[in-house]
Formats: sequence, structure tokens, C-alpha cells
Amino acid sequence: MRELFIKLSKMKRSTIFLILIVGMLIPFFVTLKFPYTASPPTKAVFDYIENLPEGSVILVSVDYGPSTLPETEPMLEAILKHAFIKNIRVIGIALTEEGTNLGLRAFENVAKEFKALYNIDIRYGADYVYLGFKSGSEAAILGLGEDIRKVFPKDYSGRDIEDLPMMFNIKNYNDISLVITISSTMLPQQWIIYAQGRYGVPLAIGTTAVLATDWYPYLQSGQIIGLIGGLKGAAEYENLVNWKFKMEGRSLFGMKAIRNMNAVTIAELLIILFILLGNIGYFLEKKGG
Amino acid sequence: MHISTSLWTWLAAALTIGVFSFLYKDNPFYRFVESLFVGVSAGYSVVIITANSFIPNLWNPLFKDGNWPYLVPMILGLFYFAMLSKRFAYLTRIPFAFMIGGGAGLALPLAFQTNVIEQVKSTFLFNPGYYKSLGAFIDAAIIFIGVVSILLYFYFGRKRGTKLGLMPRIGVIFLMIGFGASFGYTVMARLALLIGRISFLLGDWLGIIR
Repeated sequence: MRELFIKLSKMKRSTIFLILIVGMLIPFFVTLKFPYTASPPTKAVFDYIENLPEGSVILVSVDYGPSTLPETEPMLEAILKHAFIKNIRVIGIALTEEGTNLGLRAFENVAKEFKALYNIDIRYGADYVYLGFKSGSEAAILGLGEDIRKVFPKDYSGRDIEDLPMMFNIKNYNDISLVITISSTMLPQQWIIYAQGRYGVPLAIGTTAVLATDWYPYLQSGQIIGLIGGLKGAAEYENLVNWKFKMEGRSLFGMKAIRNMNAVTIAELLIILFILLGNIGYFLEKKGG
Repeated sequence: MHISTSLWTWLAAALTIGVFSFLYKDNPFYRFVESLFVGVSAGYSVVIITANSFIPNLWNPLFKDGNWPYLVPMILGLFYFAMLSKRFAYLTRIPFAFMIGGGAGLALPLAFQTNVIEQVKSTFLFNPGYYKSLGAFIDAAIIFIGVVSILLYFYFGRKRGTKLGLMPRIGVIFLMIGFGASFGYTVMARLALLIGRISFLLGDWLGIIR
């Protein structure tokens, strides 16, 4: 047994990679159910949107790029599904160049899914608007607090903002119930300083797992109302939205984040196993001299 | 199994495999994909910034609406190009001075308020009756001990090799837990990105999974 553990602790790196890949592929072919109970920071975002009255407006800033798409896009889609089913209107903007088209794609995909699955029309200009990219993030965030029209006089496709019915009574943060930044950058820092700090607008952050720990202190201090961290957070939010849809007797959307998170869970279990085997082998070898 | 018939999906799959080929060893295909990515990203940024910022924020107000005060920021912006000439490089200091001065003026009071005052306030420990539940009080107490012990570790921790007092030692434990949490999140993030590409290759490209 001792020799076996020592041998296992010296497993080749390529073998470890191979086992991980095989393990990660399992959830794509076998249905697995891991319990993704929503963590309090994710649940806080869900509850906040859930408790908003119909017709409220939220602003979603798409601040990510394609390199983090598997983590961030499911978050955005889950939030949009939640908002649209609650008749909450959404303003989309992007403060990173790369996020501009990705954000538009997510809005359009969710609108198409609503039509295909429930025959519900999510209308551009009435249920959502997409204002596109603005450079100079600090100035843009501050400007939104004064007058959205000055920062975004036109929408993404060049249409005058005055021609969009949804924007008639929306001037600045006072008319917005929640700002959510879905980000793979340090932009949430600017949202905290300039939007929450200066104007006191409620703020939530959806971010990659790498950056999630950076924003926890702001959660504890109450400067942000909630935090969706990484693919795990996205899977939790997707789970909550699916639960809501199930309660309302609706068919469910695709569960992209949950399926991908199943694969990550298996990989992480394997990594924990390898760490244990490596340590046992190391100590047994050391003990044996 | 429904293999994609879209040229773009095939192209994206080829580029993904090109990047993964680095796992075997460095090769010309990988270097081509890497260069292509850098070039496309830069080009894309130029187009987006031109269409979404330069034209609506400067070109249209200045040349369409005749808003002449916009000449000032335009000239300041053009000064950045002076760095291409040794003779006129000093001109770049002017827009930089505006940027740094304005940025610091904007950020300092608000950043101090949000990152220092609010954070210090939220670290205060009150009597248990102040909190909604016992759990909330325990959370606050852990945060209080963590912050104080880590500060003590950084400011009053003795040199390596000598005995540390109890609080700085506790600070080290908090730091290690923090690093562990960050590392755990990082592993999860990297795996998530890998899964994203595998999902694309097996789903969108090969059609093996839905």
C-alpha cells in the first residue's frame, strides 16, 4: 500500500491532465445533479430584483471580454431572464470595447429565447435598450448620475435616445433601481466609487472567480447589495431563476452555467484527490526515509 | 451528431485548436493565432472607439454642430501624438497634466470615502444587540479580529526567525486563509474557461452535445 501511494504521488503531469479532461467530459454525456444552493451574496442579488416592482428600471453594464465569456455571459443571461419575466426594464451599456457586441448578443439571444419558449415579445425600446460603448469610464459613470442623454445621446445602432419610449422618463440614477456591473476587469471599483459613493445608487457586481475576493469587503460594508462570483455564482443564479420559472409552471431555459459547473465540480474533486494522494505519498516517503 | 456547417464556427474551432496546440509545444500555428488575436483586438478597439466615442463625442459636435469650444480638447488630444517626435515630445505633458490633475481631483475624496472611511466603519465591532442575529455578530467579530491581527502582523510583526506575538500569528493564519480562498477561486476560474472551450468544440462545432 505504501509503495502504491508513493507511486501515485509521482504520477506524470500528462496523466493528471488526461484524467482531468476525461472527468470534465462526464457531465456533458451524463446528467448529474449537484446541489448548487445559492450563497447569500448571489441570493441577495436575486432577492433584490425579485422585490422590485414591475416596470422598474435596472442598468446593466457589460464590462467583460471574450476571454471570460464562459463565466460572465451566463450571469448576464440569467439576470436578463429574471428581469424580463418580472417586467423589469433593462438599460444595457458597455464600458469595455470588447463587451460592446457581447452584451448586445446576450440581450438579443434572451429576447429570442423568450419568443421561442413562451411566445413573449421582449421589445427593443420598450422592454430594453442597448446604448453601446463609452470610453472614459469614470466620466461616463459620473455623467450617468447627471443626465444619461449627455453620455449616450444615441443608442448602439445610432438611434436618437429621445425616440426610445422606454427612455422617456429616465434621466439619471434617480430613475434607476439597481446598477449591475458584469465585469472581468477592475471597473467595479469605479462603479463603487463614482456611482455608489457619489450618487448612492444600489449596486451589484457579477464578476469572474479570480476577482470575486476583491469585492467581498464592499459586500460586508453594505456598499454593494450582492455579488455573483464566477461560474459557481452564475450556476447559483441560473438555479434560482429556473426555480422561479418552475414555480410559475414555465418550461426551463438551457442550463449552460449549471452544466459547465458540474464539469468544474468534478475537476475540483479530482484536484482535491490528487492533492491528498500527493501529500500522503510525500509523508509516507519521508517517514520511510 | 450534427457537425456545424458554419464557416465561422469552423474558423473559431481551428483557432481554438491552434491555441491548445501550445500544450504539445510551441509551434508556428500557435504563434500565428496569438498574433492574429492581438491584431484583431487592436483593430476592433479602434473601430469601436471611433464609432462610439470619437465620432459622437468630438467629430459631430465640432464639425456637424459647429460647437467650437470642442477644439480645445481636440488640440489637447492631438498633443499625445507629439510623443512621436523628439522635438515636440514635451507637448504630451499638457494633456497628461490635465488627465492626472482632473483624475486625482475627482478620485481622491470619493476613493478615500469609499475605500477607507466606509471600510473602517464596517470593521467596527458593536455590542451583540446591534446585530440582526448571533451569526452576524460572530461574522463581525471574525472580521474585526482578522483586520486587527493582520494590521498588527504588518506593522508590528518582528523580523523572521524571532517569535511573533499571538495576534500577529493569528494575522498570518487569516492571510493564509485569504490566499487559499483566492487560489481556490483562481483554479475554478481557469477550469471554467477550459470548460467553455470544450463546450464550444463538442457542442457548437462537432454537435456531440446539446
